[in-house]
Amino acid sequence: MSEQTEAFVTIGLEIHCQLLTKSKLFCQCATDYIGKEPNTLICPVCTGLPGSLPVLNAEALKLTIKTALALNCDILPQAVFYRKNYFYPDLPKGYQISQYDLPVGKDGFMEFSFQGKRKRVNIKRVHLEEDAGKLIHEGPDLPSSTSGVDFNRCGIPLVEIVTEPDLSSPEEAREFLNLLRRLVRYIGVSDGNMEEGSLRCDANVSVSLTGQSLGTKVEVKNMNSFRSVYKALKFEVERQREMLLNHQTIEQETRHWDEAKQVTVSARGKEEAEDYRYFPDPDLLPITIDSQLVEEIKNTLSELPLERKERLMVEYELTEGEAEVLTQEKEIADFFEECVKLMPKPQLICNWIVTEVRKNLNMMNQSIDKSKITPQKFVELLKLVEKKEITANIGKEILEEMFKSGLTAKEIIAKKGISMISSEKELEKIVFEVIEKNPQSVADYLSGKEKALHYLIGQVMRATRGQADPEMVKNILVKKLSGED
Amino acid sequence: MDIKEFKDFSLEDYQKLIKNREISVKELAQLFLQRIENVDPYLHAFLFVNRESILDEAQSLDEQLEKANPEEIPPLFGIPIAIKDNICTQNIPTTCASKILEGFIPPYDATVVSRLKAQGALILGKTNMDEFAMGSSTENSAFGPTRNPFDLNRVPGGSSGGSSACVSALEAPVSLGSDTGGSIRQPAAFCGVVGLRPTYGRVSRFGLVSFASSLDQIGPITRTVKDCVTIFEVISGKDEKDSTCAPYPAFQAQEIPSREEVKKLKVGLPREYFSEGVDSEIIESIQNTIDFLEKEGIKLVEVSLPHTVYALEAYYIVAPSEASSNLARYDGVLYGFRAQEAAELQEMYFKTRTQGFGKEVKRRIILGTYSLSSGYYDEFYLKGMKVRTLVRQDFEKAFEVCDLLLTPVSPCLPFLFGERTQDPYQMYLADVFTIPSAMAGIPALSINCGYARSLPVGLQIIGRPFQEGLLFGLGLLIEEGLALGAPFPEIPLRKENTYE
Repeated sequence: MSEQTEAFVTIGLEIHCQLLTKSKLFCQCATDYIGKEPNTLICPVCTGLPGSLPVLNAEALKLTIKTALALNCDILPQAVFYRKNYFYPDLPKGYQISQYDLPVGKDGFMEFSFQGKRKRVNIKRVHLEEDAGKLIHEGPDLPSSTSGVDFNRCGIPLVEIVTEPDLSSPEEAREFLNLLRRLVRYIGVSDGNMEEGSLRCDANVSVSLTGQSLGTKVEVKNMNSFRSVYKALKFEVERQREMLLNHQTIEQETRHWDEAKQVTVSARGKEEAEDYRYFPDPDLLPITIDSQLVEEIKNTLSELPLERKERLMVEYELTEGEAEVLTQEKEIADFFEECVKLMPKPQLICNWIVTEVRKNLNMMNQSIDKSKITPQKFVELLKLVEKKEITANIGKEILEEMFKSGLTAKEIIAKKGISMISSEKELEKIVFEVIEKNPQSVADYLSGKEKALHYLIGQVMRATRGQADPEMVKNILVKKLSGED
Repeated sequence: MDIKEFKDFSLEDYQKLIKNREISVKELAQLFLQRIENVDPYLHAFLFVNRESILDEAQSLDEQLEKANPEEIPPLFGIPIAIKDNICTQNIPTTCASKILEGFIPPYDATVVSRLKAQGALILGKTNMDEFAMGSSTENSAFGPTRNPFDLNRVPGGSSGGSSACVSALEAPVSLGSDTGGSIRQPAAFCGVVGLRPTYGRVSRFGLVSFASSLDQIGPITRTVKDCVTIFEVISGKDEKDSTCAPYPAFQAQEIPSREEVKKLKVGLPREYFSEGVDSEIIESIQNTIDFLEKEGIKLVEVSLPHTVYALEAYYIVAPSEASSNLARYDGVLYGFRAQEAAELQEMYFKTRTQGFGKEVKRRIILGTYSLSSGYYDEFYLKGMKVRTLVRQDFEKAFEVCDLLLTPVSPCLPFLFGERTQDPYQMYLADVFTIPSAMAGIPALSINCGYARSLPVGLQIIGRPFQEGLLFGLGLLIEEGLALGAPFPEIPLRKENTYE
């Protein structure tokens, strides 16, 4: 068997992100179309009624420049909008306003680490375009066997990011996509929500058995979750690999991911390539992007997730995993650093955020900036724990309460009547009672059984309803039993 | 009252009548409605007459007038205006003389329309045109052609044929047209009225149904240069709804130079516009004007615009390219005409567009689609754009030696119906002298300079960008010097003239 079975995979991605603007790309209509009645957020401009003209939303251009800068792209001195002509019922003008050979940004890259190795994906282009509407094939108001068009999404600003075919496995592509989503959220240009359609992804997949040359490019579309991107890529790589092993020819084509059947299916034959007849939109003059604007945007661009992760590791001596978790969301990292400023105990703060804070956020389904907790309140709580005025367990309870009520730790302690049994005298009394009640365990301990001590500590904790510091309990117990007192 | 009494009225004269309560706004509107009723069955200048609501609106203006301080009445208060049917008017049908837009009623006004309304102007109706402004004779209207008031067997020019004919025949005191390659100036010349193609970007295109976005401009069609100034003052100026509209303030009459200043101007005569192909009687008429200007002491110089011959051909690449894209939206999905009996989507598109568009529109869509197709883009569209730059540079060079250019508007007099419809290239030649300035985006004014074989002859004054003031200055001088007066063709009200 000399059959070559290893496949050399190249994957390139085209990602569309909905930009976080209040109004659409070329008109004043609102962009929050999710859950809205069809055709309630439309005007003559976004539906292309005769005589209407587009006027560029300057904010959308800024966000595109920001995205391009974050991906280390060169910013071109002019933004030129082209018309991409094709017929479809959800495209009311018969063309989409997009960019063509002069995108906002080009020749960038994104770096990340994957399976312990540093990986660089080159970015071909970053450009701005408008979204189309949506066909509805079933609904309460539609007569049977008819379709409707919802134009609410028409004119929503999208940034399109096109990578070079630099990804070499579905896993790597998944990781890249995750990090890209994190990036656009991080710099505040998009909410990156794939399920709601604010992040969409198409992929170009080619497989070669020799590794000498690129395989035939197959475009995969219609993947609407991170899971489906991964599964579609897995499927497509395997499909192509098997075809090659059987000496079949792979056709250059577009395939759709069928979520129900979990397969890719051919969407269009090879017979004709679509001719979009691109030409500069004469309704929109070229827009000069001056270097001062680019500089201003660069200054607003906060530290990017990867840089921040590395800085956190160095500056606070955190592990990669910890720094990774903290930089998943910009707000969490900001929260962490705010706390460290108030209390220079980064490891303690990190531990609490990674476990307790995130647990509570998940439970409440909240982001940290929208929660009732502030760095001040959180640090106040940690200081109480640190000074052993309360135990860690009590601290956790209080934290949960803080997330719900927004009260400070002290207010919660006062309200609930929780107090740390901190006076040694009081504790000694309880320890004494426990010793009295458990002669057998005492005897066991004295005869060298360490386990018996843990049992006794447990009994004290129980008697104090967890309000004692176990460390302190242990010390007192040991002292008493050894007769030092 | 006979409409003939108003033959020489300017907008200012109408204003005085209204201010002095010699006529009510309603009575004035009624007069024009009556005139339309009398002559439009012969001319067919209107596709829609705003009969009912104009009288209600006139009534309410009259009521306002009761309380108003006469000094504060805006200049177009109570003036009825005819609007070309490719300019959107709220609640009034706007069809571009196309079956595909039959029944379309825009929910908004074009910027020019809202500016006119803000001055108290009344929308008299929508005027006939070549379908989607494509043509030079108004024969391409899906609803039947308009006839020339000077000879009902002849075309009124196009595509603003309705807007020109109605002003010429005094069915409306003034109108708005649109000019892509000459569609204001050529019909104005054929009908003996004044037409202005403003500098590209000087008038908002918002609400003008696009034919070729980089060339389309709205402009006034009037009986006198003075009225043209009045309308231009109102409709010009930057508009946030149109990105191609220049950040330039509205035109003001003060920009027009004094008579003495005008006489100091140098006027260029481009050699290429006085060539063999031009009707000798047109040349004769223009020569009269030139003689008059020389007598007035104006210096005339010969100049050359060497790329003139290529402008026409480049135009028929660039304009159809943009049109093919601009007209893609008429697909039967959202509004307008939709073909019945289509089994599936593709078929619905094909049938809708096959049945909805006329021959000339389809011809240009195909031309444009071809020019933009991959593999042909560089050879056609891009080359067309390069020629366009050369044409613009021709004008820039010419304006180094003169301030204005003086040319014929059209190489021919109004032609007979059907005379050129069989040969599109012959038809396209009718715009050969108006296209170059349109390609260059510079302003040009068409005024009447006499008659030949009882048909009007038009003269064109071309200027530098945003120097409409100079055009008006020279236009006023010529208008007064030639003393031809506003047109008032005797329309023979006989049924046998009905064009079939």
